[in-house]
Amino acid sequence: MANLVEIRNVSKVYERGKQKVEVLHHIELDIAKGDFLALMGPSGSGKTTLLNLIGGLDSPTDGSISVGGERIDRLGEGALAKWRSEHVGFIFQFYNLLPMLSAQKNVELPLLLTNLSAAQRKNNASIALQLVGLAERASHKPTELSGGQQQRVAIARAIVSDPDLLVCDEPTGDLDRQSAEDVLGLLQTLNRQHGKTIIMVTHDPKAAEYASHTLHLDKGTLVEQAQHA
Amino acid sequence: MKYLHLIWAALFRRKTRTILTLLSIIMAFLLFGLLDAVRVSFAEAGQSANGAERLQTGAKLSFIQPLPKSLQQQIAAVPGVKDVAHANWFGGAYQDPHNQIFTFAVSDNYLDVYPEVEVDANDRKAFDATADGVLVGDILMKKYKWKIGDRLPLQSQIFPNKEGSKNWSFQIVGTMKSKDNKAFQSQMIVLHWKTFDETTPYNRGAVGWYVSRVSDVNQSDRVAKAIDALSANSDHETKTQTEQAATKNWIKQMADIGLIVTSIMGAVFFTLVLLTGNTMMQAVRERTNELAVLKTIGFSSRKVLGMVLAESVMLLLLGGLVGLALVSIIGAALPAMSGGMINGAHVGAKSWGLGIALAVAIGFVVGAVPALRAMRLNIVDALAGR
Repeated sequence: MANLVEIRNVSKVYERGKQKVEVLHHIELDIAKGDFLALMGPSGSGKTTLLNLIGGLDSPTDGSISVGGERIDRLGEGALAKWRSEHVGFIFQFYNLLPMLSAQKNVELPLLLTNLSAAQRKNNASIALQLVGLAERASHKPTELSGGQQQRVAIARAIVSDPDLLVCDEPTGDLDRQSAEDVLGLLQTLNRQHGKTIIMVTHDPKAAEYASHTLHLDKGTLVEQAQHA
Repeated sequence: MKYLHLIWAALFRRKTRTILTLLSIIMAFLLFGLLDAVRVSFAEAGQSANGAERLQTGAKLSFIQPLPKSLQQQIAAVPGVKDVAHANWFGGAYQDPHNQIFTFAVSDNYLDVYPEVEVDANDRKAFDATADGVLVGDILMKKYKWKIGDRLPLQSQIFPNKEGSKNWSFQIVGTMKSKDNKAFQSQMIVLHWKTFDETTPYNRGAVGWYVSRVSDVNQSDRVAKAIDALSANSDHETKTQTEQAATKNWIKQMADIGLIVTSIMGAVFFTLVLLTGNTMMQAVRERTNELAVLKTIGFSSRKVLGMVLAESVMLLLLGGLVGLALVSIIGAALPAMSGGMINGAHVGAKSWGLGIALAVAIGFVVGAVPALRAMRLNIVDALAGR
């Protein structure tokens, strides 16, 4: 299968005051289109940094990153923002919904950046909420939803503009077991039935089992690869 | 427009804080509107079609220095002068010394030079025939529920009568009404100069100022110079100017209204900038994570900058518009409240225009720093809570 993500010799160095901290060392990685990859590793191993680089939230210090054939490490800030809006859906550990907006309006947010009419935006958001099983909670504010429901709204927001890639940073880290399984099941469905490429950072080996394979990072280096059934 | 709901929701994210801030803005713009109405009212004092035809002649040294009565005939003889009247300050207080009513002792033809003031023919006849008669502005008549025929006790600020008392008694013989409800005379009282002059030992043939009507407005400058030339090098040199300029000078001798208003408003808006600036900074700081999320899903830095600025401008505009709307309501009551000194009609387009411009400008000023911070927000650091 063709690669969606190609990472070549990527390093990332952060400057903390006068100190330079090398978080990622010469990473080489290909992620196939339609893959569901789990990234595991201890805290500070560089998982989230790698995820941020692939999602276009940060730029590498060295090396190149291509996503869907686009060299995102060469894009300027504005172009990168546009690229993110068209190609990537983000799911965070703490959902990061806007508390003053309803579930429906939260899901509509990425569509504000498109040329869709208000009615089309509403319709698309309703479909996305239906897909995550929350159509009847569309008018509820995040504080009126459970953690699992909030994460499902966040997933609806991530998929509403039909991106190729979903990046998930500890999506079940704040959820109870049942809610976590619901969310992971949903991600698996999006991967298997809708062909979404998913990269998920997790500490939870059970969560990683939902992925098609797992990569381990330690001290900024890829150390092993596990294939799941 | 498609971001409006997002901006509105962000604005009222903390309802109590936003409402309290809005109240401060409303109060500031209420004060602005009222003070600006005062400023505009004073700035436009004396401006009218009829006012353009009138010249006012007062003592060059000070408006409180009297002029000789004999000057009237000389002014009347100046080519271009159609009519000359004169008046004296009387300064009447009704019932309470603080309850001041503008009262003037005027020549018999005084009302002829003010065609915008309507007096019923019978009232005018009664006034001409009654030595202690007074004509009262219709607004005053309503305010104090006076009737024609009532005796009106007035206390002069300066002038005693023959008995040495400053308490005078007059008879209300008629009312004066302004044709456009703007004339000052609707809220003043006129009495006979002759009666005043004969009664008080302080005057004796002196006149406060002359009002001349010119036959050609374009000749006003020449006529004014000719009038002043009559008293050149005498002990009562005069200064003749248009009614508008004279009124402005008179007001300026009391106080520089424009400077006072500007100073007060400067202090108010400076405080408002600090207050709303602090609110906006706080509002944006506590939304760092949400702004980072917006940037994450593809909102450009410029869009985020624009949204924060729009939020700030919306906050100021909302408060400003409510404040100005309140001013419009209160403004209608201003003429009665100010005894005719302030004309409520001026709380209009000028105040609205200036107020809205100020609200937008302050909105940009207070929104600039938080908007720049939001624009420069580093997504990774913000999401990590750094």
